[in-house]
Amino acid sequence: MSIINNIIKILKIKLIMQGVKILTGQGKIITDFNEAIQDIQDGATIIVGGFGLSGIPEYLILALREKGTKDLTIVSNNCGVDDWGLGLLLANKQIKKMVASYVGENKIFEKQFLSGELEVELVPQGTLAERIRAGGAGIPGFYTPTGVGTPIAEGKEHRLFNGRTHILEEGIVGDFAFVKAWKGDPLGNLVFRKTARNFNPLAATAGRITIAEVEHMVEVGALDSDEIHTPGIYVQRILEGKNYVKRIERRTVMRT
Amino acid sequence: MDTRTIIIKRAVQEIQNGMNVNLGIGMPTLIANEIPSEVHVLLQSENGLLGIGPYPVEGMEDPDLINAGKETVTAVIGGSFFDSAESFAMIRGGHIDLAILGGMEVSEQGDLANWMIPGKMVKGMGGAMDLVHGAKRIVVIMEHTNKYNESKIKKSCTLPLTGQKVVHRLITDLAVFDFTPEGMILLETQEGVTIDEVIEKTEASFTISANLTSDNGYVQKAPITT
Repeated sequence: MSIINNIIKILKIKLIMQGVKILTGQGKIITDFNEAIQDIQDGATIIVGGFGLSGIPEYLILALREKGTKDLTIVSNNCGVDDWGLGLLLANKQIKKMVASYVGENKIFEKQFLSGELEVELVPQGTLAERIRAGGAGIPGFYTPTGVGTPIAEGKEHRLFNGRTHILEEGIVGDFAFVKAWKGDPLGNLVFRKTARNFNPLAATAGRITIAEVEHMVEVGALDSDEIHTPGIYVQRILEGKNYVKRIERRTVMRT
Repeated sequence: MDTRTIIIKRAVQEIQNGMNVNLGIGMPTLIANEIPSEVHVLLQSENGLLGIGPYPVEGMEDPDLINAGKETVTAVIGGSFFDSAESFAMIRGGHIDLAILGGMEVSEQGDLANWMIPGKMVKGMGGAMDLVHGAKRIVVIMEHTNKYNESKIKKSCTLPLTGQKVVHRLITDLAVFDFTPEGMILLETQEGVTIDEVIEKTEASFTISANLTSDNGYVQKAPITT
């Protein structure tokens, strides 16, 4: 009898080993936004996802504002509006340098820039996206035709490819990255929603420490492996936020 | 018809069935409403959507669904979402057939300036610099003269450039020009506009297309080259 029991035991163990392994969380989940950002120091470089006010990491920005960390270099496509998104950090004079492609929505921005308080590097949107992607992908530099013959090409290496001039641009890596996603799991896997995706997947790869806030934290296995937009390997900390404001910058509707 | 309507009605003729099109913020966005229903195109939004649909019905606005101008939109069935690196790979990699952008100045070589007025307006270039190097065809739309009645079509741009020699076609409220290796050519005048008026109001030098003859009813008094 005991021989049969032992055989059954061994068979069971074999089945378990051959079966699908379900990963457990790896200790990435954080419940407190202040805790998530506690090691961000003055002078840090933070890559922030979002386009306009769509897909912005609202709670991480609010927590950073409350913490008051200053002399920050922020890399993000835009700077929010005066009273929401990254504009909150700007108004609180926490940003020393902004790397962005379009800052037109922000009056405080224009004021701080024209007065010299704020250092600005304007980067074409495609170049910015590719610089962040490259940074996270281990590509230190790449050539692009974007900006040739314009002020942004000044001082940059030029090179011909197929008879066309290109300029050398460098990858960007941040000390931290703030990412906003729609769904996430304890492994840090992320799924984004519609045009709230934008720079978030790129930012996720390019922060030495990536902090993701999600609308819905689901259990491991709930996200179909074929449909994950950002594999969890890029994400070090993940939190669920509740009651996102998701402000609309320009509400346009069909004329009836 | 006001100047915007004249420009938009001519610009929409550039959009052909089956094209993938990017419409810049500002006046170009208005072209979308004028695309005839029988012309099927996909409108690309640089922030990560191929297949921009009409503005949503009131009450159905989605903060996760906006266009490059940060306006709430819808997506057409069959459309797709992607991230910003993917979006600009699509643009820079030559996959967009046509980009229509606004302009502040265009030069006779086809240089475009549309992102900055030094000391006054520094909003940033957004995706414009990538678009002018990536899309297969660049059409610029703008008013022919500024509020001081000065020509916005220059011998050389005075404002910082968006791109050098990037414009293929320019459409204004007065005329349509093409840019070729041989220089700028006047192709058409808008209804009721004479060639002389165009010559008078344009700082840049251009030749006149052979198709523009007195058959069009426009009396040409000036010599062929200006």
